Amino acid sequence: MDQLIGGLYGIPIVGLVFQFGGYLIAVLPSIAPGILQAATPIAFAALCGVMCERAGVVNIGIEGIMITAAFVGWYTGVLLAPSMGSVDLGLFGANLALVIALIVALLSGVVISALHAWLSISIRADQIISGTIINIAALGLTGYLNNLISKTSPNGAGAFTQFRPPRELLDLPIVGWILGMFLSQGPIAMSVIVIVVVFQVLLFRSRWGLRSRAVGEHPRAAETVGIDVIRVRYRNVLYGGVFAALGGAYLSMEATNSFQQEMTTGRGFIGLAAMIVGRWTPLGAFGAALLFSSSTALGNSIKFALPSGDLGTILAGLPDQFYDALPYLVTIVILAGVVGRSIPPAADGQPYEREATT
Amino acid sequence: MSEGRSRSERWAPQQVWRRIWSVIALPLISILLALLVGAIVIIASQLVLPGAQFNLLLPLTAYSALLQGAFGSFDAIVDTLVATAPLVLGGLSVGFAFKAGLFNIGAQGQFLLGALGSVAVGIALAGSSPLVAISLALLAGLLAGAAWGFIPGFLKAVSGAHEVVVTIMLNYVARYVIGAVVGGPLRQQGRSEAITPDVGNAGLPILIGNSGHAGIVLALVAVVFIAWLLFRTTLGFEIRTVGANPDAARYAGMRPRVLTILTMSLAGGLAGLAGAVVVLGVQHNMTPSFVSTVGFDSIAVALLGRTNPVGIVFAALLFGALRAGATLMQIEAGIPVELIDVLQATILLFLVANPVLRRVFRLRGVKTGIETTETITKTYGGETPVA
Amino acid sequence: MTEPGLPAAGNTSMDEPTIEEAPVRAPALEMRGITKHYPGVVANNHIDLEVRPGEIHALLGENGAGKTTLMNILYGLARPEEGTILLDGQEVTIAGPSDAIARGINMVHQHFMLVPVFTVAENILLGEETMAGPIFLDRKEAHRRIVELGRRFGFEIDPEAKVGSLSVGWQQRVEILKALYRDARILVLDEPTAVLTPQETEEIFGVLRRLAQDGHSIVFISHKLYEVLEIADRITVIRRGKVVGERLPSQTDEDDLAELMVGREVQLTVDRGESKLGEVALEIRGLEVKDDRGSIVVKGVDLDVRSGEILGIAGVAGNGQDELVEAIVGLRHAPVGRISLRGRDMTKATPRAINEAGVAYVPADRHRFGLVLSFPLADNLVLTDYYRRPYARGILRNDEAIEATAEERIRQYDIRTPSATVRAGTLSGGNQQNLVVAREFARDLSLLVLDQPTRGLDVGSIEFIHRQAIAKRDAGTAILLVSAELDEVLELSDRIAVMYRGRIVAIRDGRTADKNEIGLLMATGGQARAAGGAAESGPAA
Repeated sequence: MDQLIGGLYGIPIVGLVFQFGGYLIAVLPSIAPGILQAATPIAFAALCGVMCERAGVVNIGIEGIMITAAFVGWYTGVLLAPSMGSVDLGLFGANLALVIALIVALLSGVVISALHAWLSISIRADQIISGTIINIAALGLTGYLNNLISKTSPNGAGAFTQFRPPRELLDLPIVGWILGMFLSQGPIAMSVIVIVVVFQVLLFRSRWGLRSRAVGEHPRAAETVGIDVIRVRYRNVLYGGVFAALGGAYLSMEATNSFQQEMTTGRGFIGLAAMIVGRWTPLGAFGAALLFSSSTALGNSIKFALPSGDLGTILAGLPDQFYDALPYLVTIVILAGVVGRSIPPAADGQPYEREATT
Repeated sequence: MSEGRSRSERWAPQQVWRRIWSVIALPLISILLALLVGAIVIIASQLVLPGAQFNLLLPLTAYSALLQGAFGSFDAIVDTLVATAPLVLGGLSVGFAFKAGLFNIGAQGQFLLGALGSVAVGIALAGSSPLVAISLALLAGLLAGAAWGFIPGFLKAVSGAHEVVVTIMLNYVARYVIGAVVGGPLRQQGRSEAITPDVGNAGLPILIGNSGHAGIVLALVAVVFIAWLLFRTTLGFEIRTVGANPDAARYAGMRPRVLTILTMSLAGGLAGLAGAVVVLGVQHNMTPSFVSTVGFDSIAVALLGRTNPVGIVFAALLFGALRAGATLMQIEAGIPVELIDVLQATILLFLVANPVLRRVFRLRGVKTGIETTETITKTYGGETPVA
Repeated sequence: MTEPGLPAAGNTSMDEPTIEEAPVRAPALEMRGITKHYPGVVANNHIDLEVRPGEIHALLGENGAGKTTLMNILYGLARPEEGTILLDGQEVTIAGPSDAIARGINMVHQHFMLVPVFTVAENILLGEETMAGPIFLDRKEAHRRIVELGRRFGFEIDPEAKVGSLSVGWQQRVEILKALYRDARILVLDEPTAVLTPQETEEIFGVLRRLAQDGHSIVFISHKLYEVLEIADRITVIRRGKVVGERLPSQTDEDDLAELMVGREVQLTVDRGESKLGEVALEIRGLEVKDDRGSIVVKGVDLDVRSGEILGIAGVAGNGQDELVEAIVGLRHAPVGRISLRGRDMTKATPRAINEAGVAYVPADRHRFGLVLSFPLADNLVLTDYYRRPYARGILRNDEAIEATAEERIRQYDIRTPSATVRAGTLSGGNQQNLVVAREFARDLSLLVLDQPTRGLDVGSIEFIHRQAIAKRDAGTAILLVSAELDEVLELSDRIAVMYRGRIVAIRDGRTADKNEIGLLMATGGQARAAGGAAESGPAA
């Protein structure tokens, strides 16, 4: 067996593919939980995108919603920690301050979304400009406040911790690492899977889903059968805000227990790419987010432990920054390869004007 | 409005004033309201922060420091102009792309690459004659930025990948490219910290005061060039047609794909030139962590300037002044410079919400705050024309 | 105000249809003194309309006469400034579409209000969902009801078919089913036959008659005189927002109605005169073209158009006409076959090269292709010539020449505008089309391609454009005319080619062509004569 592998690895050029495959098989179980963790904020951003765009509203302010929620959640924790931080809830390392902070973070996401909804639905502004304004405002305001707050060297309310599944489960052959990937997670990362499935089913099987899709495809038709297009759009954009906020809160309350300026680093936009690649479906978007995050996890893994053989030699020659840039490059390449075949909702990005003018 | 009138009537003094007012009314009101919102943010942030002393007049202190820092002295004014120059170029980059219906949110990355390109050539030619060194270094900045703009233009033209997502991704990639190149091949030997050598003779000559470099002139030349290109040439007509209605452009025998690539490349070149002006005119070298707010400010500049080259000059001057004055504001009033971002976003917010402003301030016959509506938001779908 | 002695609530039973002239019941619908202004126009000026139970009531008027506004008011999409609406004698205020639907008023819009990517069932359910529990849809039950409803009115429908893949005639049925699913009592159809073949029109008329017998009241909006005479029980004619007459079909004829509708004596058809045939200008051989989704929709077309003739292409929308036209003008690539102009191969030519070879094109969608609405008139008038002398000198624009030409064209083609500097978007639809016509007609041409040149225009504009086209033909231009309005094709064409599923299935002489034969060819491609009633089977999913 070893001889066979050695032989395959030895083939010029093609051997590199085998070496990469072998490396992948070797490290996958250990980086699997990391993949879902890296995918979580991207997936939430993508779900926000699906939620908004299925109803016809383009939202590129997701990045801004995420950073706002990350900041608000973290800082609420800072403010509440002295009084409620010690009330341990016994699950996921949560305390009362942390849980309240999470709720406040989600509310902040809804508030920012409401601004986008108002600008793009009621004011009928260009939706991309509206989203850009939200991004600039959110990054600026959180940076401004963080700058002031950091002078007081604040202590947060901690972070949600990961669930520890029983050892025997993880040791199961083949499926063990997959179970580990989904179970060795904190509450927010774990909730992604549930939300994706529920969202997928509701979007295609429920009355709400039917109406949302109709509003995104042909709002005039929806209005003529008595559906309030404006209301449906508002509602979906606000729901989307909850998703994006979950993604932001994950960054400052589960992945870390701190806030850094610009800590979202483009995940909101990668999420939009995931939405496109996933063809505007929750499941597809989640799959695409996993694909993107795999490149992050793999890049980190290669930086940490190089694969053996020629592949390792080649990779060692690349600067560290290459791996840092990998997720962005992968996003561009996949987006460019897929986008022509991915058809958006027909009325995506088009402001809707009621026929009734008085 | 005055469209149906004769030429002489159009240029009567009263008409001219009315037209100027119709263009500046909304931006002016938006700026004033944004300053008001900024004041509220400053006051409110004192309330939220634990242990901060409450000072109701802090906004006044902050704004007067801001004004002082921007226009308080001859040197301050020159600093404002120095901060304005790259913003003019960046604003032209974003505004020019808007005219073709493209949202170049990637001015940031093109700016960084332009800076890198000009530094690389500048170092190599540090000892050559200034004329050769400067022109080649500027050209390198232009080309590097153009290359970075070409990528999203090309991808949009052939695959339909939306430029907003691609350019944002490229902004991050640019950051790591700078890190790798400045920390690697361009790194000055024998220094403990990673930094490039000085650009020497490739540095831009100082024309005004202590810091007023030739980039200011270059920016104004670019304004004239872009205005001429857009409104006087047939190519400009093609670009504007593609922006206003790509299907009609195709019908009229224009080639939207080629024009998309061309526009994005040229927009990238302008942003790259902005980067070149900053490193050749101010920094003279580069560190791996080289950052600037120019790229993102450019978006606000372009929108506030209504994507019009002349409007962009005034918008750039405003944001140049804000950036130049922000340092003094931080020192004297303890207000983080990020307040400028908040002001910027708020100005844009009021511009976008102009229907509301019109109603509140009873503005009639006033042009919209942002003219690009309808042209930018295009869906991500494969809008790929055949032929 | 109910008529005396009539119990307002007593007429819920709709079993006995009364089509005769015996108004013993309150009208199902009455609109009184409806007035509505839009900026610059009085869309409705004290309009009265009365529709009885079980009646098919035609609302006749030109484009822009105010028919659609009136119906939007009835449907709650617009609010009148004055006037009242009565249903079964009760005054009501209709707050919006859902309110209208709840009151049993339903509307089939001219542009179908169907979501193409949805199934038939999803489209019908939308807004009136059959639920299994509080959250989920009950698809099974919905399917059962839809199939049953279809059978009741004489057709089999597949609830799982994607609406986008259905023919226009079947989409029309889905629209009607949508209304019936909501228990419509009053059904408004806005120009329902505009895109149908004569046979499909007959079928829909059959459905409408059954509905009326069933007690439904139908408002039939149209500007086609002969159709109105055929289907309506009563006719109300409106012009410029006012009711100008009410007629019974038995007491009127086409000329009378036309004069009422237009307000002057009209020549219903432009005299096309004799054509003087020249050489072959456009020659198409074995042409195949794909649509946006990559399926071949033009399948081996052979076609000749000679100088000095108008060749009309008749066909139901979506049978490959658009793709054929786009291939001819260079907007779409044709992988197989040959297109030549006066003997020159132009198959691979760019739109510009084709334009320079003397081909002009009036596109079907003037907002999408023909005009840049945000540009001044002058720029639009040189949209295809801007790079040529005298409009350009090298790479520079010559604004003086552009403006001078614009002024001239505006005069020549009677474009109503304050000046050449106003934006094209501010003009009326007819003037916008004149703008396109002015640009495309104003030079020497070897081929003129007209795609739906008069869609949505009023009679005056239609007449003007038809005259211009005939003048162009008489000057020796070859003209290819594509129109979904069979009447227009019949009226103008010297020869008529019928296009069906991507093929030219027949060519007939324009002067002797039989409308029914053309219609049958459009609907079936000519194979149905053997297959009998094949057209009546379910939709091709």
